[in-house]
Amino acid sequence: MIIGEYKTDYGQDEGIWNTWAKKLGFVVALLLLLLIPFIGNDYQLLMAGQIAIFVIAVVGLNVLVGYTGLMSLGHGAFFALGAYTTVALHQFFPHLFPLITLIISMVVAGFFGFLFGLPSLRVKGLYLAVATLSANFIVLFFIRQDWLEHLTGGRGGIETPNAYFFGTELITNQQKYFLIVPIAIVMFLFAQNLFRSRFGRALIAIRDNDHSAEILGISLFNYKLKSFVISAAYCGAAGTLWAYFFPAILPEDFGLNMSITLLICLVAGGMGRSLGPIFGTILILMVPELLKMGAFYFSEGNASAQIYFSPIRDIVFGLMIIGFLIFEPMGLVSIWDRFWRFINRWPFAK
Amino acid sequence: MLSVQEASLSFGGIHALSELTFEAKQGEITAIIGPNGAGKTSLFNIISGFYKPQAGRVFFQDQDITHARPDKRAALGIARTFQNIALFRGMTVLENIKLGSHSRLKSGLFDSGIYYGAARREEIALRNELERDVIDFLELDHIRNLHVATLPYGLQKRVELARALALQPKVLLLDEPVAGMNREETEDIARFILDIQERWNTTILLVEHDMSMVMDISDQVIVLNFGKQIASGTPKDVQNNPAVIEAYLGTSAKGAA
Ligand SMILES: Nc1ncnc2c1ncn2[C@@H]1O[C@H](COP(=O)(O)OP(=O)(O)OP(=O)(O)O)[C@@H](O)[C@H]1O
Ligand SMILES: [Mg+2]
Repeated sequence: MIIGEYKTDYGQDEGIWNTWAKKLGFVVALLLLLLIPFIGNDYQLLMAGQIAIFVIAVVGLNVLVGYTGLMSLGHGAFFALGAYTTVALHQFFPHLFPLITLIISMVVAGFFGFLFGLPSLRVKGLYLAVATLSANFIVLFFIRQDWLEHLTGGRGGIETPNAYFFGTELITNQQKYFLIVPIAIVMFLFAQNLFRSRFGRALIAIRDNDHSAEILGISLFNYKLKSFVISAAYCGAAGTLWAYFFPAILPEDFGLNMSITLLICLVAGGMGRSLGPIFGTILILMVPELLKMGAFYFSEGNASAQIYFSPIRDIVFGLMIIGFLIFEPMGLVSIWDRFWRFINRWPFAK
Repeated sequence: MLSVQEASLSFGGIHALSELTFEAKQGEITAIIGPNGAGKTSLFNIISGFYKPQAGRVFFQDQDITHARPDKRAALGIARTFQNIALFRGMTVLENIKLGSHSRLKSGLFDSGIYYGAARREEIALRNELERDVIDFLELDHIRNLHVATLPYGLQKRVELARALALQPKVLLLDEPVAGMNREETEDIARFILDIQERWNTTILLVEHDMSMVMDISDQVIVLNFGKQIASGTPKDVQNNPAVIEAYLGTSAKGAA
């Protein structure tokens, strides 16, 4: 028999870390994140930084797609807005405090999120996906314009600034890690908290049944647009960190391709689940790297053999995603859920 | 308290409501009865804002709400249940009920995201209050953490009532709250409705086909047929009204043919 959780008041019941195991898991994860910059090599920190940045964007997308049930194929554009806002700002204020840049980028991306979210008041599902698709093209169109070239670098891309943190230039991946990961943690926790009380509950209600939600007093106008703004602002923040992390950016880095990658990370991890974005991003960004290593291993370092392996790698990756969707349609978190269910019941039953 | 004046609502050629006028009095239970398709649910829909009438007005506490959005009406204190249950099926009973109190609460984006502080205090206060005024009251203690999709029909209807009550509504619209329930469940719900009226002095509008319940608990009865009011008065008046008998017999005769 399964013994239920025992709680003595409703306050405890409202708690998020309601089992000791989850608390422990959170602490272990934090310790691990603290350890990584000291044990990882430069390549591993490159991956770690990239994953942390993507996690921010996917967490944002999860608010919109996973929790509010609104589709978007345009979030790469908000990512781009964050990155290019950062580059442009630093041309005027070379030593701007990174958190100020971050906030400005979030506001800019959030504002465009508001604009591109307006169609969500009229259309849903596939129609909304198509409407948001336009964000990619419109934003990149302007970034590529010659008359904006002095700000954006136009078609040819542009070098990005490094962040200055109280007089120190953050140059190495290790230094940047300490900027990116804490921001990612704070933003992750903020998004997760949303769904513990009124605001997030309203978003989930809209996802489950928007007509009932409205009758209960939830303004669809208000909440749908706020959801768009939040998710776009998260992508904007990711864009800023991306600009700080990599030496240069190109318009092509962001377009539709990135919008789709963000969605794939979300779906693979588990939509509408707080840990989904983390699992999904790690999977989707790591697997191609592991396949690359595998290919390198099997071709025994032979360059021409690697050229043959490269399309195979893409095929294997594609098949993996399909297989994944078939066997774990609810995303990686469902494996995680099964694990915890097992742990929770462990001494009593399977 | 709540009134509808010469409201008309039509779908294509169907006149769901035609120039309907009626008023519900503060603190009373007003039953709305009539044969299938008479326009009862349509009346609820224009009061809660689900549909806008093509003509006529809706007033709530002397305020014209004809064109107000549904969420604004909820904020004013109008709550409803649906004839076909419209719960959030993926959520637990408690989550559904909490959603009912949305427009009474204050935490916004930043309170919720930070959680510790205002949002947490509000959640805990809400939880205590809902436990006392809604969950205990409607005897839902044993199922509060179950998903609504797993509950039998009768309990789902009760959860929907609980969700509407969580708003602390001034007006409560109940669309066939006992449809499909057995005698015992029906009596429970009738008792709850009377308790709600007594405890909070809530104005209640009740659409119901169960005549014995309607006659037992309502203060005023309004009879609709083809979107028009054909009779109104105390349960006794209405029962003996020839137009009402005609309307009911008329439809059942047609049904038999
Ligand atoms: N969304 C809609 N589209 C088209 N016609 C509708 C719609 N809603 C209601 N109607 C029509 O309006 C008329 C009144 O419907 P309504 O649902 O108000 O009746 P009712 O009195 O609630 O009936 P019942 O007792 O069966 O619930 C019916 O003829 C119905 O078919
Ligand atoms: Mg009806």
